Amino acid sequence: MTVKIYIPRDAAAIALGAEKVAKAMAEAIGARGLDVVIVRNGSRGMHWLEPLVEVETAEGRVAYGPVKARDVTSLLDAGLLEGGDHALCLGKTEEIPFLKQQTRLTFARCGIIDPLSLDDYQAHGGLTGLRHAIAMAPEAIVAQVTESGLRGRGGAGFPTGIKWKTVLEAAGERKYIVCNADEGDSGTFADRMIMEGDPFVLIEGMAIAGIATGATKGFIYTRSEYPHAIAAMAEAIEIARKAGVLGPSVLGSGRAFDMEVREGAGAYVCGEETALLNSLEGKRGIVRAKPPLPAHKGLFDCPTVINNVISLASVPIIMDKGAAFYRDFGMGRSRGTIPIQIAGNVKHAGLYETAFGLALGEIIDHIGGGTASGRPVKAVQVGGPLGAYFPRALFDTPFDYEAFAARDGLIGHAGIVVFDDTVDMLHQARFAMEFCAVESCGKCTPCRIGSTRGVEVADKIAAGIEPEKNRELLADLCNTMKFGSLCALGGFTPYPVMSAMTHFPDDFKPVPVVEAAE
Amino acid sequence: MNIHQPRADIADTTLAIVEALKGLEGPLLPILHELQEEFGYVPQECLPVIARELNLSRAEVYGVMTFYHDFREHPAGRHVLKLCRAEACQSMGGDQLAERAKRLLGIDFHQTTPDGAVTLEPVYCLGLCSCAPSAMLDGEVHARVDATELEALVQEARR
Repeated sequence: MTVKIYIPRDAAAIALGAEKVAKAMAEAIGARGLDVVIVRNGSRGMHWLEPLVEVETAEGRVAYGPVKARDVTSLLDAGLLEGGDHALCLGKTEEIPFLKQQTRLTFARCGIIDPLSLDDYQAHGGLTGLRHAIAMAPEAIVAQVTESGLRGRGGAGFPTGIKWKTVLEAAGERKYIVCNADEGDSGTFADRMIMEGDPFVLIEGMAIAGIATGATKGFIYTRSEYPHAIAAMAEAIEIARKAGVLGPSVLGSGRAFDMEVREGAGAYVCGEETALLNSLEGKRGIVRAKPPLPAHKGLFDCPTVINNVISLASVPIIMDKGAAFYRDFGMGRSRGTIPIQIAGNVKHAGLYETAFGLALGEIIDHIGGGTASGRPVKAVQVGGPLGAYFPRALFDTPFDYEAFAARDGLIGHAGIVVFDDTVDMLHQARFAMEFCAVESCGKCTPCRIGSTRGVEVADKIAAGIEPEKNRELLADLCNTMKFGSLCALGGFTPYPVMSAMTHFPDDFKPVPVVEAAE
Repeated sequence: MNIHQPRADIADTTLAIVEALKGLEGPLLPILHELQEEFGYVPQECLPVIARELNLSRAEVYGVMTFYHDFREHPAGRHVLKLCRAEACQSMGGDQLAERAKRLLGIDFHQTTPDGAVTLEPVYCLGLCSCAPSAMLDGEVHARVDATELEALVQEARR
């Protein structure tokens, strides 16, 4: 019987040597004349174990990792094909605590199936949601998504169903579904993992959105920094089109929907929805003033649904299992699951999908296992470069949109970056301003000029020049940027800056040496 | 590559690329990407051709091209080494790694070594934040890059 060996094609696994492992494995299998097929799956999300090699046995899949190309011979000698014991053996994949404790709804198939096999996708429940949707009236689909409580996973947390309803009710001959896959936040990689590990779920989610709102064309706008995701999506779309999942009659429903992938060009601000729309239209990625909302006048002035990858990829399971099934997970107004991305200086880094409500400290200390350096955790930044830095004192904050907002933070796209005690928070505050200056689209003054002034003020504090006055000035500048900027880039840059200053005041004290020199 | 092609050739190639892509909705970014793929940068000579074919002003095309970090006005070195400068990589020593790379190559970010071998560029996130710090050499990704691996990457690029 042919044995299946899984070696991930996820960019993180490749960056850690998965291609070399796959090549060495293929050669060794050939040389030994073994009856084996290598499946290039997505990542399971346990990135400290990548490249994670799995073998399918009668008892289930057995994992080995992190595997290097030079380990292949000893793995095969140890009876890899039967799940044999080896120093790198991790036991049954599903029993690894990091994976076992998760609630995988959106990422149910990621790392398990061959990402580019539509048969594999369907064998694992794929397309059931879309089949349900095509048998329903658009209003009923929108109602089901609304009832599920799904909110925008890009960061803003706006109810997805409400957005869809607005587009459904908007008059227009042509409507669009735009998927925001411009995942530029440091500490986030969930969109990339879905596109590389289960691209059909995104296609299915977008097709459902199209059928629900009357849109016939979809665009996935993703980053040029994600070449593997672009290639996987483009190939999956082609396969879906050939199979009649996309095209003039989606699954024979008589309703049309097709889509294409578009590549950004290295501008962070294009993750802002209106800048993204301008970029798709072939313009500079300049933010648009709202209103009009994209739901009324979006891409090419047509009614447009613009949703994050994870929002759209969560729709198929809602249409498959029902609104109540999804809504039953979570807490407060944050319903369902959230793929938390644990990154930076952390021992067990990776993707952890779970219901909303886990305490931040639980995520960092227990799931993440503390820092990779072994030093104490000083700060964590949640929600990307525009998210607040939280100290240990706030580790009881539950992972929930409102709970984070109540503590002047945000969960954003659910990325967490862990820092140990060597981090200088003034330096991080300065970087937040510097990043904003580099990436500002330039349309509004608080963001364009404020960020540059922010870097200068931070430098003055570091140099010990009138520190008290300059700290006040920095706070005042943050206030102006927060309330005067047109979009979240200028408006949220104050979050990392102010949180660093509030929670780590010692780092904002002048350097004594410089003071003495004055 | 650094080889400068004759102007007529650039205009013809540009026209062919524009013709092939102008049917897309919002074709300008795909066109610019394709041109950069073809030439390694977007030569000035392309701009009037694009402007004419898409019925835009040359200033608009130039404005779009220069807005995006990806598009180059001049050829890069034979190899492009991108180092991630974002927070997750900073938490794992990304800043020190960047300083090391600058010293090894003798250049700053956005510069090319005098022999035309390597261009060093910052990138704000490769999405490899769970295995930081990360780098990209000519489109190939590398994670958990330490001093040894950086030296290997620089050696490879130097060739």
